Amino acid sequence: MGSKLVTVVVIVLGVLAISQLVRLYELSSKLRNRREEDITNRDNKLNANLMLTFMFLFYGFFIYLMSTYGWTGRGDAASVHGAETDWLLNLNFVIIIAVFFLTNSLLFIYAWKYVRKPGVKAYFFPHNNKLEMIWTVVPAAVLAVIIILGLKVWGDVTGSSKNDAIQVELFSKQFDWTARYAGKNNKLGKFDYKLTTQENELALLTEATLDSAIRYMEFGKADSTVLGIKLLESKLNNKKTIFIPEDREKMEVDLDRKTRLLRLLYQMKARYDKKNDFLAYDDFIQKDTLHLMVNQEYELTFRAKDVIHSAYFPHLRAQMNTVPGLTTRMKFIPTVTTAEMRERMKNSSFNYVLMCNKICGGAHYKMKMIVVIDTPAKYKAWEKSKTTFKDQFLAAPAPAPAAVTDSTQLATK
Amino acid sequence: MSAITHDSHGHHDAHHDHHEESFISKYIFSQDHKMIGKQFLITAVFMGLVAMLLSILFRIQLAWPGESSDFLSLFLGETWAPGGVLKENMYLGLVTIHGTIMVFFLLTGGLSGTFSNLLIPLQLGARDMASGFLNMISYWLFFASSVIMLISLFIETGPAMAGWTIYPPLSALPQAVEGSGLGMTLWLVSMTLFIAGSLIGSLNYIVTVLNLRTTGMSMTRMPLTIWAFFVTAILGVLSFPVLLSAALLLMMDRLAGTSFYLSDIIVGGEMLENHGGSPLLYQHLFWFLGHPEVYIVLLPALGLSSEIISTNSRKPIFGYRAMIGSILAIGFLSFIVWGHHMFVTGMNPFIGSVFVFTTLLIAIPSAVKVFNYLTTLWRGSIVFTPAMLFAIGLVSTFITGGVTGIILADSALDIAIHDTYFVVAHFHIVMGMSAVFGMFGGVYHWFPKMYGRMMNTRLGYAHFWVTLVGAYGVFFPMHFVGLAGAPRRYYDYSVYGEFDTNSYEMIMDLNVIITVFAIIAAVGQVIFLFNFFYSIYRGPKAVQNPWKSNTLEWTTPVEHVHGNWPGALPVVHRWPYDYSKPGSESDFIPQTVPLAEGEEEH
Repeated sequence: MGSKLVTVVVIVLGVLAISQLVRLYELSSKLRNRREEDITNRDNKLNANLMLTFMFLFYGFFIYLMSTYGWTGRGDAASVHGAETDWLLNLNFVIIIAVFFLTNSLLFIYAWKYVRKPGVKAYFFPHNNKLEMIWTVVPAAVLAVIIILGLKVWGDVTGSSKNDAIQVELFSKQFDWTARYAGKNNKLGKFDYKLTTQENELALLTEATLDSAIRYMEFGKADSTVLGIKLLESKLNNKKTIFIPEDREKMEVDLDRKTRLLRLLYQMKARYDKKNDFLAYDDFIQKDTLHLMVNQEYELTFRAKDVIHSAYFPHLRAQMNTVPGLTTRMKFIPTVTTAEMRERMKNSSFNYVLMCNKICGGAHYKMKMIVVIDTPAKYKAWEKSKTTFKDQFLAAPAPAPAAVTDSTQLATK
Repeated sequence: MSAITHDSHGHHDAHHDHHEESFISKYIFSQDHKMIGKQFLITAVFMGLVAMLLSILFRIQLAWPGESSDFLSLFLGETWAPGGVLKENMYLGLVTIHGTIMVFFLLTGGLSGTFSNLLIPLQLGARDMASGFLNMISYWLFFASSVIMLISLFIETGPAMAGWTIYPPLSALPQAVEGSGLGMTLWLVSMTLFIAGSLIGSLNYIVTVLNLRTTGMSMTRMPLTIWAFFVTAILGVLSFPVLLSAALLLMMDRLAGTSFYLSDIIVGGEMLENHGGSPLLYQHLFWFLGHPEVYIVLLPALGLSSEIISTNSRKPIFGYRAMIGSILAIGFLSFIVWGHHMFVTGMNPFIGSVFVFTTLLIAIPSAVKVFNYLTTLWRGSIVFTPAMLFAIGLVSTFITGGVTGIILADSALDIAIHDTYFVVAHFHIVMGMSAVFGMFGGVYHWFPKMYGRMMNTRLGYAHFWVTLVGAYGVFFPMHFVGLAGAPRRYYDYSVYGEFDTNSYEMIMDLNVIITVFAIIAAVGQVIFLFNFFYSIYRGPKAVQNPWKSNTLEWTTPVEHVHGNWPGALPVVHRWPYDYSKPGSESDFIPQTVPLAEGEEEH
């Protein structure tokens, strides 16, 4: 509290001091019969010199920042297309930094040089077609080069991947990432968000997951962390319980929604062909760390569970938003293993990273996943250690349905 | 017809000079464009102050993450900064409201609202706006929306927290972040009022420019300020309604259970039924406004600076017609570039490449403007009024911020720096510096016209140099933070310590530098505030034409009269840029002076 008081006192005193100074200045101006709009030659000269001084300080600051920080931290691109875009970025930087220095210098030097001098009249120069033509055509020509080069690279980067690209899906939710590898057949299993359960967080589609989702929807979970339709119905129908109106309305809305979702699940089940189970069953799921093999093309697809996130690999120069209800994609070929990059950066603790780069809620800044780029041998060894979705899902004990209480049975009778 | 009625109206006023107005009709529900302009200015200055304070609050968190700060607890209290440490959610709230206020309330309402209102009738030789009543409504909608936006800062669940672009689903789901509850509803209500006000204002500006020009004021004799305001108003009329529809659809998704933007969502353990909506639809609608909005912010600043630079170089603006052409070209192109905000959103890459092409085209008219400014300064006789300093600062920042736009517009390069601090640096230099400099320049230059008094010149100098150094010190290093890959809207960059200690050190170092400069720049604004409010009451009385300028507003009396000119409206005989014309004694020839014998119009 003390410091707050001090802050306020300092502010008040500061304002008082300025106002006294201004008063003094005004009185002296009045004495010398100077008016605000008459800018003296001395003031003019002062500002002109400050313009030039500022220019040098500004350039100094820029050059200092460039030499100290340049590309520090991000380092070389670690992907094939990243090397291309870095090259293009550097070319663009050369162009724009040249323009930056040229035009800023002209601006500050003119401002310094053509300050009003007694007896010198400004030169009446309203227009000149030739000059204007030059600075329309020259930027247009430079831009044409930039556009053509840029679009060529953009086409390469966003084009489709080759058939032997490994399929990986990145699943995003508040506030973490989960990777799903396509497994032996290199085909990702289908999914539907309505199949999400605790045992099937990625909502993969197989006959067993369908049944499990339906079971959840109908009966919920024994510990009542998930309310099933049956339990909701029995609670609402129980004449002995009196709910707060808001709670009752909430439960009714919840029940209606779940009933409709259940109907959709049954429709899905009726249409589903069990033969497709193999697509999802050989997938395997990886949390915390994304493993990639060096010099191997990857086809990444992205999903979001709740809000928009963005999969950002700063070192691979890759980024794509993940959008609820829409599958997005990209491809890349990593070229530098984690171990090599650590050496290049002279930093033994360095790791590649996948960050969230679209505002997604309070802990947005913590939403990341370490990326490991390995040699083929190490990658294959890791791959072998993974359990397929089939083993993982079928091994998990099916949840016990929530018991419907006695009172409900009374109520339904 | 309307011109005739206005004439007789003016006459009527001339005969009743001392016609008393009540306090309410003069200062509050005023229908006089000069008063409404001042109302916009004061409201916007206040809003700008709030937004600047918010930015200092979150800059403190970024520079010294997790450290207790008395300053934070003074303003945010235990609810949002327990123990003087900012809460994660409130960080997002501060960022969101800072952006919203700065873009819409300061730079749209404040810049275009103030100066379009003040200058359109005065520089065209009109008695007032086409409709004084609508003009008044436009201000009061702006005022109401400002109040609602400020109220949203004080509610229990906090203000909107989805970033100023409020992308759904985050902005649609209170389960995802608490600010998407009542805070977001207030945000949407506030913006709805804002859009309505802005629309009414813009229509009024357009009608006034087209219909109420005085005798001799052809379109090609209008000052560039008016051209800029005119095109800005057209952009506003065509684009703001699209934002309104985006906001309405969002409102329906939030309140009526529709699925325009929502599909296949599970949030907070709750499986939503919404299916078939597209978050990308919102982004298209938002940026269809959002990009023209950039020019709604920038064009008035460029218009004001054209006038200021020409006057204070004592030279005609170079390439008057090319300047008009580039304003029109920028205005047109601004409507077909919105997709460059969406290169990595999942939009089809082919459409992305079309937007690369159109976006980079904008660089051409922008370059023309810069070179024309430079040529205007060349062999001028420059007078450094505070307004002139800000106008030159604007040109410098327009270059510095503009060239990085070329990189961001190039989709292949955008991938690696999209949504990083590089973007933050880019748009703050063009909007936070250029547009704000234009506004400051305008205030210093037209203060005598607004208040009949002069601002203190030397305080103006101090204000300019502190602001220029401070603001460049804030936004220039941000490019390097962005090139290092730092995402924007992160609450705490010490997460970098977990995977890359090199970047960690660099980002933390630069964040401290940036925050220190931000505090310097913010304190520098105290000089302006003091100068502004002190001069309103105590500044020395202004003369009629203090800057020896050609345009019509300087032919009106210092004391405001309703109807602007006590007698007949002035008649225009020439363009507004006859400075230092050969064959003339004086270095300026006001627009009302007839051509001398044998004199050629430029």
